Amino acid sequence: MDSALFWEMVIKSLILILVLLTGFAYLTYYERRGLARIQSRVGPNRAGPAGLLQPVADAVKLIFKEEFIPGQAYRLVFILAPIITVVPAILITATVPWGGIVTIGGREVMLSIADVNVGVLYIMSVASIAVYGIVLGGWASNNKYAMMGGLRSTAQMVSYELAMGLSFVGVILLANSMRMSEIVEAQRGLWFVFLQPVGAVVFFFATLAELNRGPFDMPEAEQELSAGFNVEYSGMKFALFFMAEYTKMVSMSAIIATLFWGGYRGPGIDVYWWLGPIYMFVKIVIILGLMIWVRASWPRIRYDRLMDLGWKILLPLALALVFIAATGILLEMMWLVPLLSIGAGAIAVHTINLSLRRKANAR
Amino acid sequence: MTTDLILFLILAAVAIATAVGMLLSRNAVYSALFLVLNFSTVAVFYLLLGAPFIAITQVTVYAGAIMVLFLFVIMLLGTDELPERTVLPWQKPMAVFLAVVLMVEGVYLILTQKTPGLINNAPTESTGSPQAIGNLLFDQYLLPFEVTSILLLVAMVGAIVLTNKEKKGGQS
Repeated sequence: MDSALFWEMVIKSLILILVLLTGFAYLTYYERRGLARIQSRVGPNRAGPAGLLQPVADAVKLIFKEEFIPGQAYRLVFILAPIITVVPAILITATVPWGGIVTIGGREVMLSIADVNVGVLYIMSVASIAVYGIVLGGWASNNKYAMMGGLRSTAQMVSYELAMGLSFVGVILLANSMRMSEIVEAQRGLWFVFLQPVGAVVFFFATLAELNRGPFDMPEAEQELSAGFNVEYSGMKFALFFMAEYTKMVSMSAIIATLFWGGYRGPGIDVYWWLGPIYMFVKIVIILGLMIWVRASWPRIRYDRLMDLGWKILLPLALALVFIAATGILLEMMWLVPLLSIGAGAIAVHTINLSLRRKANAR
Repeated sequence: MTTDLILFLILAAVAIATAVGMLLSRNAVYSALFLVLNFSTVAVFYLLLGAPFIAITQVTVYAGAIMVLFLFVIMLLGTDELPERTVLPWQKPMAVFLAVVLMVEGVYLILTQKTPGLINNAPTESTGSPQAIGNLLFDQYLLPFEVTSILLLVAMVGAIVLTNKEKKGGQS
């Protein structure tokens, strides 16, 4: 490995980490302001112009707070758990392309950290590693509520990973590749969200569950578990869990944008390369807004219904979508794919409706 | 070649240390964590050998799915700490015997191998690619692949039947 390549990698990684961490700080501001607007409040508006310095104030506060480690906790794992949660949240974006190949100073630079031929699988594996931080944090606290929160999140994440993985398969089939840059290039004509609309919805739900966000924020249900897996954490360690959750929101939005919404592609991208990161940014902001909107509008769903949704609705639906995509490709009739997948989605919605009505009548 | 060798030696040391740690740890959760580290190290071995697909699959399946379920069960049962003495009488001689058998086999293989040391046909970019592995699985190794999937299906159905019976018994 020559030194130029080494420095290129280091600089690209540093930029990505800085972007993600700034994104995390301002995402908290975005969410608080967005939630406030939906609930007819004002939200944080005191620190700096329009409250723009609020994240800085929060960071300073959290750094100077006392960090308390419970006496009965397993110290090593207790300290490691927040770190194990943060690292995958940042690592997961490594394969996401932010643009095509650019020539800077006579050097061809790829606008992604690592464009490996198993990019999609890499995302799956890093996402599955992320469970450890939460489950270990819950266990190491040596507290019943924290442990319950950790166990719930394990069960939830493992369940929704299946639906998520199967939605990945649909995209891989359509793009005929697992390389992220080729998936983006395959959406040159038509974004996959139009070819596989229901797949995009399934993936969005699976992502929400994977992120432990409302309406799937079971692991940290305040009313039932006091705060879930992070109940014993304070100060910077708590902030790290918080940071992991919001960084992962940004990362997963970038992945959703890449897989279904055309990635860095948009009008004029072939002429001006610098439009790529801008398009990505706009798409990520829109998807994040959608996540905040969902959290503001839907109440948390009950734990058994959450499991039912994952295993009995989303998993079969995702399987059916894979089958539909494969059929469309095999018959070379791509117009079949969106039609049939919307049909499958309608059947799934009808099933949910029926089971809810049956439960209401049974009572 | 030297960097590869140094990397290999470090990784091998880590792999052995984590395996020993898993065996000696008194706490079941720590044992599971050592095993996760061990699996991850093996995944890096695969990466060094030019097989990124296998490496990533190793992490996803073993470290990401199976070990999470292990941890889940350990925590649900709450048997974190092992009691001090849980030695079965036949365990030690059996372990020694099996270890000796393994040693003899290894030494025999190393001594009789025609090209000791490095394998000559080093893998290229395409050997470890997902396409190549997919082609092999659905072409040359189709029968073992299908048999494995049926085995897994049988195991799954068995698990569902076993847990279902228990529930019915509890209700009646």
